Amino acid sequence: MDYNVNETTINADEEGYITDMGSWSKDLADTIAVTEKIDMSDDHWEVVNFLRDYYEEYQIAPAVRVLTKAIKKSLGPDKGNSKYLYELFPYGPAKQACKIAGLPKPTGCV
Amino acid sequence: MDDFTLPELKLPGDIPKIACGSMAHSQPYSAAPDHQEALGFPGELVEDWHDKAIAKFGEILDRQRALKVYMDACVKCGACTDKCHYFLGTGDPKNMPVARQDLMRKIYRRYFTFAGKWFPWLVGAKDLTRDVLDEWYSYFHQCSQCRRCSVYCPYGIDTAEFSMAAREIMDHIGMGQKYCNEIIGKVHDIGNNLGLPQKALGATLEDLEEDIEEETGVAVRLPLDVQGADILLITPSADFFAEPHVDGLIGYAKVFHQAGVSWTISSKASEAANFAMFIGSHDQMGKIAERIRDAALELGVKRIIVGECGHAWRVAYNFWDTLVGPFDFLDPGYPIPQHICEFTYDLIEKGELNFDKSANDHMTLTFHDSCNVARASRMGDEPGGQFKIPRAVVKACCNNFVEMDADTIHENTFCCGGGGGLLTDDLIELRAKGASPRMGAFEQVAQDHGVTHMVAICAICKTQFSKIMPMYGYEMDNIVGVHQLVSNALILDGQITTEEEETVDG
Repeated sequence: MDYNVNETTINADEEGYITDMGSWSKDLADTIAVTEKIDMSDDHWEVVNFLRDYYEEYQIAPAVRVLTKAIKKSLGPDKGNSKYLYELFPYGPAKQACKIAGLPKPTGCV
Repeated sequence: MDDFTLPELKLPGDIPKIACGSMAHSQPYSAAPDHQEALGFPGELVEDWHDKAIAKFGEILDRQRALKVYMDACVKCGACTDKCHYFLGTGDPKNMPVARQDLMRKIYRRYFTFAGKWFPWLVGAKDLTRDVLDEWYSYFHQCSQCRRCSVYCPYGIDTAEFSMAAREIMDHIGMGQKYCNEIIGKVHDIGNNLGLPQKALGATLEDLEEDIEEETGVAVRLPLDVQGADILLITPSADFFAEPHVDGLIGYAKVFHQAGVSWTISSKASEAANFAMFIGSHDQMGKIAERIRDAALELGVKRIIVGECGHAWRVAYNFWDTLVGPFDFLDPGYPIPQHICEFTYDLIEKGELNFDKSANDHMTLTFHDSCNVARASRMGDEPGGQFKIPRAVVKACCNNFVEMDADTIHENTFCCGGGGGLLTDDLIELRAKGASPRMGAFEQVAQDHGVTHMVAICAICKTQFSKIMPMYGYEMDNIVGVHQLVSNALILDGQITTEEEETVDG
């Protein structure tokens, strides 16, 4: 399942996670979001940017709890809860947001 | 929403209409060549797959006499036919345990019995063809190895052994499953299923310490790699990451703190799960278990305690000793290994824990026995301890508890629908349908007794229900963990109570 961005083909695995993290761009994120039926708002970008920053430091996506706390700090307590994060990313803030952020899918019993 | 229709929830005991071939399309993603090769399996289907598969089958039959007995013993009595949650949820007759077994039994007869070699048409013996192999891949990934059928089989035939053997054979000819094999590779590379590196693990634990102190005013530690600690806690890595799992981890930490014991998590063995059991690989199961033994030896601990993970407890309780034992370096004065529920229960029995049960008053709870704990292991020192002990812990922390239908609890429990290496998005239809028998039993007590929440002691069950419950009209947080309840209700020494907080705020 590959993506087409600005006439370039970006490879992805069968679940839509890109295989080369270096090929990520904001345009690609918008393209992935369209296939996920998500309209990227500033709040969506806040989550995606946090995930990418966290990944750069720790080589893994943050726990949902850590993400919630960070969003609480940046967007306020009414948005810093998992209910709001699931409203933004119905398939889960970890898995779906990671896909849009160009990060590998968290695996295991999660 | 994925393209399938959920079954109508039925009362326990109701049987669906047969729907031939309704799940024939269901199969998980294949493991990529690099995931296969990392575990010593061929990257893709080998040319001589037929001969290799039969040779491996023969090897397994020699190694596991039980499997050979199961192959021969079935008398087609039919007792198992309506016992599998995947049959009950899908109506596909190939999900009847006897039919699933026969996918393999017909090959066994053809290649390993006198009658099947010479008169295959008389004894239902069949050649191993590519079509048969594809059917194996589909239907042996529609068994969560929960072993409910074996409880009802008069001969005790265990379908899990069939599905483990079939998956082992398929791995050896290059037909592995992505979900399990990628995860096992991560355990070897990074130390856990999640792929959580040491630095991230450390940061997560520190973060939780801050949260607990903020909430309770008590400095509860979640120590990592502490040399010379008494207890090594191994727990599913989902406990470091997912909801509601992480609340259970906080519960373990609070109990350890209150008990005043020295304990540690290990970054080397930051995983209790052992997915090698799901693919039937003794070799891989031993390698994963060895990491835990090595970590225990390196840290010099005296005890190993296992967190809330169903199949990990089966592996630890039943297989550790033969796989990587002896564990004679641990203190024989305690169970080896010990379940976190046993640890907490022991403290409750001694009266060393104080609970404010009203902290869980917003819930009416029921207990979902996780299959590997219920049917494949024990807790405590008397039969049925695996049923009694977790319930005793739950009841010590809450006021409202109701059991589900007797045919769906204890050894008769239904699988959550996501066990046995099937907890993956590519099998979501199977997971959703397979959860319906449990959801039917839950709905019954929800309607009749106002039950609001289900409590479990397995990371797979927790993740599965948080995904599936919303499909059936419940909330994702209607599934909770045992030690999440403990965490809510446990009163730590020196803890700020709600009244005090109000005074401070006021």
